[in-house]
Amino acid sequence: MFENRPRRTASSQRAQTLFDLRTIIAALFGIYGTVLTVMGAAGQMPAELRKAGGWNVNLWCGLGMLAFATAFGAWALLRPVSVPPAEADPDTRDTALARTG
Amino acid sequence: MLTLADANLRLNARPIDYALIAVYFAFVLGIGLLARRKVASSMDFFLSGRSMPAWVTGLAFISANLAAVEILGMTADGAQYGLPSVHYYWIGAVPAMVFLGLVMMPFYYGSKVRSVPEFLLRRFGRFAHLVNSVSFALAQVLIAGVNLYALSTVVNLLLGWPSWLSILAAGAIVLVYTLLGGLSAAIYNEVMQFFVILALLLPLTLVGLHRVGGWNGLVGRIDGSSGDAALQLHSWPGTNLTGIGDSTLSVLGIVFGLGFVLSFGYWTTNFTEVQRALSARSMSAARRTPLIGAYPKTLLILLIMIPGMVAAVLSPQLSALKAANAADPSVQSLGGVSFNNSIELLMRDLLPNGMLGIAIAGLLAAFMAGMAANVSSFNTVVTYDIWQTYVKKDRPDEYYLRTGRVLTVVGCLVAIGTAFIAGNFGNIMDYLQTLFGFFNAPLFATFVLGMFWKRMTPAAGGIGLIAGTASAITIDMLNRTGILHVSGQGASFLGAIAAFVVDILLSVAVSLVTRPRTDAELTGLVWSLTRRGDRVHEATGEDAGWYRRPAVLAVGVLALATALNIAFW
Repeated sequence: MFENRPRRTASSQRAQTLFDLRTIIAALFGIYGTVLTVMGAAGQMPAELRKAGGWNVNLWCGLGMLAFATAFGAWALLRPVSVPPAEADPDTRDTALARTG
Repeated sequence: MLTLADANLRLNARPIDYALIAVYFAFVLGIGLLARRKVASSMDFFLSGRSMPAWVTGLAFISANLAAVEILGMTADGAQYGLPSVHYYWIGAVPAMVFLGLVMMPFYYGSKVRSVPEFLLRRFGRFAHLVNSVSFALAQVLIAGVNLYALSTVVNLLLGWPSWLSILAAGAIVLVYTLLGGLSAAIYNEVMQFFVILALLLPLTLVGLHRVGGWNGLVGRIDGSSGDAALQLHSWPGTNLTGIGDSTLSVLGIVFGLGFVLSFGYWTTNFTEVQRALSARSMSAARRTPLIGAYPKTLLILLIMIPGMVAAVLSPQLSALKAANAADPSVQSLGGVSFNNSIELLMRDLLPNGMLGIAIAGLLAAFMAGMAANVSSFNTVVTYDIWQTYVKKDRPDEYYLRTGRVLTVVGCLVAIGTAFIAGNFGNIMDYLQTLFGFFNAPLFATFVLGMFWKRMTPAAGGIGLIAGTASAITIDMLNRTGILHVSGQGASFLGAIAAFVVDILLSVAVSLVTRPRTDAELTGLVWSLTRRGDRVHEATGEDAGWYRRPAVLAVGVLALATALNIAFW
């Protein structure tokens, strides 16, 4: 995603995967999922279970988020961003400007 | 709007909840810092250098609109009206997004304009352009202020923070990341916010449905509790939503007013949305942006409306309000609770600590997504359409990049100021928001006519816009002063239809007596003067594949919306 880096060495490729939006989203939900799963597994208070009609909301949401994070992480790893060939045509704004004038 | 000091909606947030909220804000600011690395020119700052993949712009496209005002407002509609609220999405947004992707995007992206007002400038000249850019820029900062004010009331309600603190804190966070990373930071955050908002809505929907005994349980409870249950449990004719007593007229009001005019006007000409598509990396990706966004958009209403319906059944305060409202429509709040509080009531009543923190983060995310979208489209329009076009022409690019940064600060400061003022004049802000809604309906009429009728003249463009807006305002005034009698949302549908019709008629009349622009000036801006080759896009490389064809995506999402419409008939 943050791909406008001209050099494509192994390390910059790794940096790109790290800064890929998909990786960031996976990291956020990885943290959230872990915290919730631990909280849920540690047990919910009866009052909180009653709130949700007997469901352990933290546990299930946590597991759901971990699954989501895994899917996004896998997507980022399996289909890394490729640096597109130089496509930004420098005359874009000039023509746009010229025509408005 | 949100006045509820005395209702005890305070959430029992614990340190773990605050920690989870803090994690979210760390990510938001981190994205701003990362995106900063690739801002080298004004194009990078304002349009992300036209480099975004379609799934990112597609999600940002709907996220920019999925502000908290939208979530609170639509759950409120779900609680109050039930199923007819789906029309905002299935009759309103989705067909309009398809139209934008298939028909209008080739002109926007293909003509390489950098904003919607700039398209007006090239098609109709300065008059229409100036009217539109000034009204748009003004509307954006004021709406950003409304967003911020609404956020402060919700934070005050849920967590007990003083309003000034949450206004300043949220304003500062949005300022920092849009200032650093420009549109890229706003877009990346919108995509992340989309998923955090989902993490708020999905558990609420599932747990809520579980509590009321599934969909059938919900239907049974609504059936038993209210007199107009049939209206709430069928999407058509939606007379409770429109406030138009006659079924046929109500359906016409929904299809033409809400669907054709209001929603087409909003989704196809509002630069806040279109800007996301303009930042896509190719014509194909730009056309797919609204189409990809339309899929989650179609399903999202279920996750917004169902919690609203559940809240009205589960919460004794809301059911009492609903009964009172059915007896006397002027009752909008009871004991400090209004329909706008549906989602907060559900969060309080259903979610355990932990999940609660993430849900609060989701709600805050929604507020900031809205504000960042307003600020990032404001700085683009003011820089390119007002400053560069009328004030300081022909400066080097760095100058405009710097201007954009300064304007981001100015926009945020004005929004913060507006938020403080709105605290004292809540109703005025409500009214302002309605007022700026008036600009969209005639805008769509002018765009469609201008894109397909090359004879339409610059004078017609400007006069049509002004007359259309004036007629929408007139209808609104007539309704407010009691000369027209339409309750519910019917008045705004009616106003939109009037604006559209007046704009079209007047534009045609004026065009016939004034001089049109030459064909050469209109190449690429009008359908008949644009070569087919310039309207279609490359289908090679990352744009190849049948599943990436805009027509295929469009048919798919329309089929989905139709199927859902039939299922919830």
